[in-house]
Amino acid sequence: MSRDWRFRLAEQRSVLLAAALFIAMFLLYIGKHPAGLTANVASTAANKGVLLALVAMAQTIPVLTAGLDLSVGMVLVLTNCLASSIMVGSPAEVALGTVAVLALGVLCGAINGAVVVYGRIQPIIATLATSSIYYGVALALRPAPGGEVDGALADALTGSLPGGVPASLLLLLVVVLVVWLPYRRSVLGRAAYAVGSSAQAAYMSGVPIARATLLAYVLAGLLSAIAGLLLTCITYSGEASAALGGTYTLTAIAAVVVGGTSLFGGSGGAIGSIFGAFVLRTIGDLLFVFDMDALWQPLFLGAVLLAAISLGSFRLIGVRNRLELYR
Amino acid sequence: MKAGALPAAAAMRRRIDPAVLAAFGCIVLLLLGGSLYSRNFLSLEYLLQQLNVAAFLGVIASGVMLVVLLGHIDLSIPWVVTTGGMMATAAAGWGELGVALAIPIGIGCGVAAGLVNGVGVAYLRVPSMIFTLGTNAIVQGLMVLHTSGFAPQDRSTEAMHVIAVDRTVAGIPNALWVWALVGGLTVALLTRTPFGRYIYAIGNRERAAYLSGVNTRAVVVGCFAIAGGCSGLAGVLLAGYSTKAYQAMGDPYLLPAIAAVVLGGTSILGGRGTYLGTVAGVILITLLQSILSVVQMPESGRQIIYGVVIIAMLLLYGRQRREG
Amino acid sequence: MIDGGGAPLFRMEGVSKHYGGVRALEDAVFCCVPGHIHAILGENGAGKSTLIKVMAGVVQPDSGTLHLAGRPVLFRTPAAAAAAGIACVFQELSLLPDLTVADNISIADPPRRHGLIDRRAQRRVAEAALARVGAEDIHPLAPVRDLPLSRRQMVEIAKALARKPRILILDEATSALAAAEVEKVFAMLRQLRQEGMAIVYISHRMHEIAAIADDCTVYRNGRYVATFPAGSKSDGEIVEMIIGREYKNVFPPKPALPPDGAPVLRVSDLSWADQLRSVSLAIRPGEVVGLGGLDGQGQRELLLALFGVLDGVGGTVELAGRRASLSSPTAARSGHAAMALIPEDRKTEGLMLSMSVRENLSFAALPGLSRLGLVDRRAETAAVEKMMALLRIRCDDLGQPVAALSGGNQQKVVIGKWLLTRPKVILLNDPTRGIDVGTKQELYQLLRRLADAGAAILFYSTDYDELIGCCDRVLVLYDGAVVRVLEGDAITERNLVAAAFNLGALDAAPGATEAQA
Repeated sequence: MSRDWRFRLAEQRSVLLAAALFIAMFLLYIGKHPAGLTANVASTAANKGVLLALVAMAQTIPVLTAGLDLSVGMVLVLTNCLASSIMVGSPAEVALGTVAVLALGVLCGAINGAVVVYGRIQPIIATLATSSIYYGVALALRPAPGGEVDGALADALTGSLPGGVPASLLLLLVVVLVVWLPYRRSVLGRAAYAVGSSAQAAYMSGVPIARATLLAYVLAGLLSAIAGLLLTCITYSGEASAALGGTYTLTAIAAVVVGGTSLFGGSGGAIGSIFGAFVLRTIGDLLFVFDMDALWQPLFLGAVLLAAISLGSFRLIGVRNRLELYR
Repeated sequence: MKAGALPAAAAMRRRIDPAVLAAFGCIVLLLLGGSLYSRNFLSLEYLLQQLNVAAFLGVIASGVMLVVLLGHIDLSIPWVVTTGGMMATAAAGWGELGVALAIPIGIGCGVAAGLVNGVGVAYLRVPSMIFTLGTNAIVQGLMVLHTSGFAPQDRSTEAMHVIAVDRTVAGIPNALWVWALVGGLTVALLTRTPFGRYIYAIGNRERAAYLSGVNTRAVVVGCFAIAGGCSGLAGVLLAGYSTKAYQAMGDPYLLPAIAAVVLGGTSILGGRGTYLGTVAGVILITLLQSILSVVQMPESGRQIIYGVVIIAMLLLYGRQRREG
Repeated sequence: MIDGGGAPLFRMEGVSKHYGGVRALEDAVFCCVPGHIHAILGENGAGKSTLIKVMAGVVQPDSGTLHLAGRPVLFRTPAAAAAAGIACVFQELSLLPDLTVADNISIADPPRRHGLIDRRAQRRVAEAALARVGAEDIHPLAPVRDLPLSRRQMVEIAKALARKPRILILDEATSALAAAEVEKVFAMLRQLRQEGMAIVYISHRMHEIAAIADDCTVYRNGRYVATFPAGSKSDGEIVEMIIGREYKNVFPPKPALPPDGAPVLRVSDLSWADQLRSVSLAIRPGEVVGLGGLDGQGQRELLLALFGVLDGVGGTVELAGRRASLSSPTAARSGHAAMALIPEDRKTEGLMLSMSVRENLSFAALPGLSRLGLVDRRAETAAVEKMMALLRIRCDDLGQPVAALSGGNQQKVVIGKWLLTRPKVILLNDPTRGIDVGTKQELYQLLRRLADAGAAILFYSTDYDELIGCCDRVLVLYDGAVVRVLEGDAITERNLVAAAFNLGALDAAPGATEAQA
């Protein structure tokens, strides 16, 4: 049975690495922070981290199918704008508003999936185009920043639970338990890995490629919408910011890579991406806490990003058969 | 053994890429449609103005096309373009020699960034999407430091202005000549040199190219370096056009450059595409953006139409073959 | 058609399939009966692959009818055919590299619990399936990409069987298996036949078909030729049916005297990782040297090492008397004694499939066909046309994608590509795998002609007949080291097999048995 554990461990290696990296950095951050690990510090850090983690999870699923979703950031922005308009009023209205926001995310994901699966257009360019559309709709909804959100809900999601645990972490845990883990164990979830591993072999094996790919993009939309909800609760407003959407999309891709998911598809998972997101977020906080000159921060962040994504190439130093390097 | 399929007809079908035809068709449609709104759309002045603006995108797209043909992508365009513009204008503040060398310095900075991209992708084997993202961030950091720390000059030189705005020969914008030069060199590279064949081969199957004795890493580095140089040159032109360089001047060019290349029939997976198609794609995107702004469509509508048009055109001819 | 055994379980009539201008199948007929093993024979391009792809639902025929158990059927997708009880073990393998063996075996219809995949039950299914094919050594949790080709083939067979099909199709399913494993598979097939399964078996190996098949059907050029009980026709008659003309000699005669002169390739103590141990050999111009032994004993790695693909290679290699650096294929191609490597998999390593025949042929020789940095089109055309004629490559239009050519012609393009670089040393990695009989013969003649013209040839083959018929000398590798060198008449199948298992020679040749490497 020890062989079993060796296989399982090998499978999770990159996730464990990302988790270890995050823990090390976070401890450093807390150590240097003037206030230490207070509930406030924890929830502020968690809110930003969970926000990116949710978008990174959204990005992970299409990447598993060897695809990509360049519209996750814009779906985040779009759902944020919608949420800032309709999530107010009586509890029933707020509940309805929440459902509507999530449904919008699902719709955006379905559109992406349909264009990729039935339109047979490459994901990069398809989601590039749809991100433009979603941004346009967001602008139409919120030409200028504004709006509001139900105070009680916002506090609940962004505050702290008894014991100092950030509520957003609980939200993340619920999402992982209710969305990711069942998906991973489902036939369509495994089919997504199959499609990313080898589309040709998946076809010959009778894997439901179309449904698996469609679901992957729908889930990406749903997760981005959850992130949009959280963003609205954090900022108490909606803003159609192209810069925000773009940054979140690209940083999510970086988080996916740092978390160990292969951009070529077929391996990895959302848990690794969560830690990848936490790592990236903590880097920014670390710079702040170490009083780095604001002018130097972008350069440092860029260098760290580059180093983090080049880490994977260290395993290539040991490659003795160069054929393995070329597809 | 073959059932005598007319080879000549098949060869003809191969040479005329349907994607290119569709792209030029859309250009004509756009112009005709625009002319319904205003007769100005078919005037020579308007067309030349559009070609002038298209030239900037065209120069960037030339470099991007090479990278995409390899099967890679270059997401460092925004800040490499900005760097090209900013370093060129900064050089103008370094005295006589600086003014004379402003344009080459702008291009050179782009090439340097491209080399970094190339080394990361070819030698470190980091996926190009993520590595060029990192390069973009680093270049941005360097420029932030540069402008805040040194307060350099941001006005462009006379020469930069001339090549970007003036019309020295036969009333044709100089920028168009620059694009024609870059385009001509790109076409020659792709169709007449071994290097060009290697690019298509690597995009098709890098392993086979490697096993045939091609130094694939050098080819990849070379293409990224050229793409960086093109972005730098575009930055120089943009700075000359608006007579100054400013942060985020390169941001609006990333997605249109990729869209232009893909709409022109170049496969995002690599190995297939012609420069004529890229030309069509560039003009198409430029016209689309211009028309949308002239009819005074609000930004939200413009973005939506932009996305819908791209998808519609890709549905027409950008589809992948069905499995099996 | 076939007599007795019961009503046909599957019947195909008038089936045609075109790909562009190529007729892959023309009015083909086929039928198979439960409890029988039915072999399909034919060259590449004869339509065998297309036939079974139609049966397995991977491609749709342009015309014709299919009947399963008497009822007309139409399979639009592989899933539909699988649901109907047809399982196919494909030549290209349908395994997902990043997933585990257990996941792969139950990929299409896994055991479920509460709507989600039941991992424990799935593992039990995998263990049972692997035991059935005699591959208990494969761990169900191992990722498929870490398995060597022979293990993957076993997993592919296990996967097909796990669905309890009525018809099992095997397309070159044993090509990478060792003889002992093939026997295990055959034993399993005989058992399945006993249980009433209909089995369709495609192979290029005549002795396998003779051992296992009940009936044989031959196709040629997409058309049905004949069906006959196995063993009722001689090998000669069968090959005649396959290639449509009478053939006599398979192999060109070898020179009576060994060539003299300094070796053009001398390898001393070549080592790499733990896959090559102190390999030494020397090849003179005019010699055809073969590499034998069981699969995976370092033969492929030796060729890759000589061509500069491997990193960290110990030992020395001399080309035409001077030390060679082995740093990259680029250096190997353009060194003072040019080397060429015909790789293992022509589709992913030898050709750029969507590029034209002309571009593929001229590819390795482009530096020599260029002047001032530009490709000299006229020189290129002349060189390419010369090679087309020399190798008799069947292709109407040089500008068409090389993917449209048959397997044998594709392999000729790969060889032609390298011949244009005028190599002194030619390395070939299993060059006739999956190639039709007719093209194979042409290749054997070509190798001998090239050797006679002064090239040194080193090739690895999994086909004993080839090693016996083509080579002046055979180096048998075992566990990365040369355990025996067989020369001349000592090259027999028994000696090759014995050496492959590191046993003493069984057939002594008059004179030397332990020849110098």
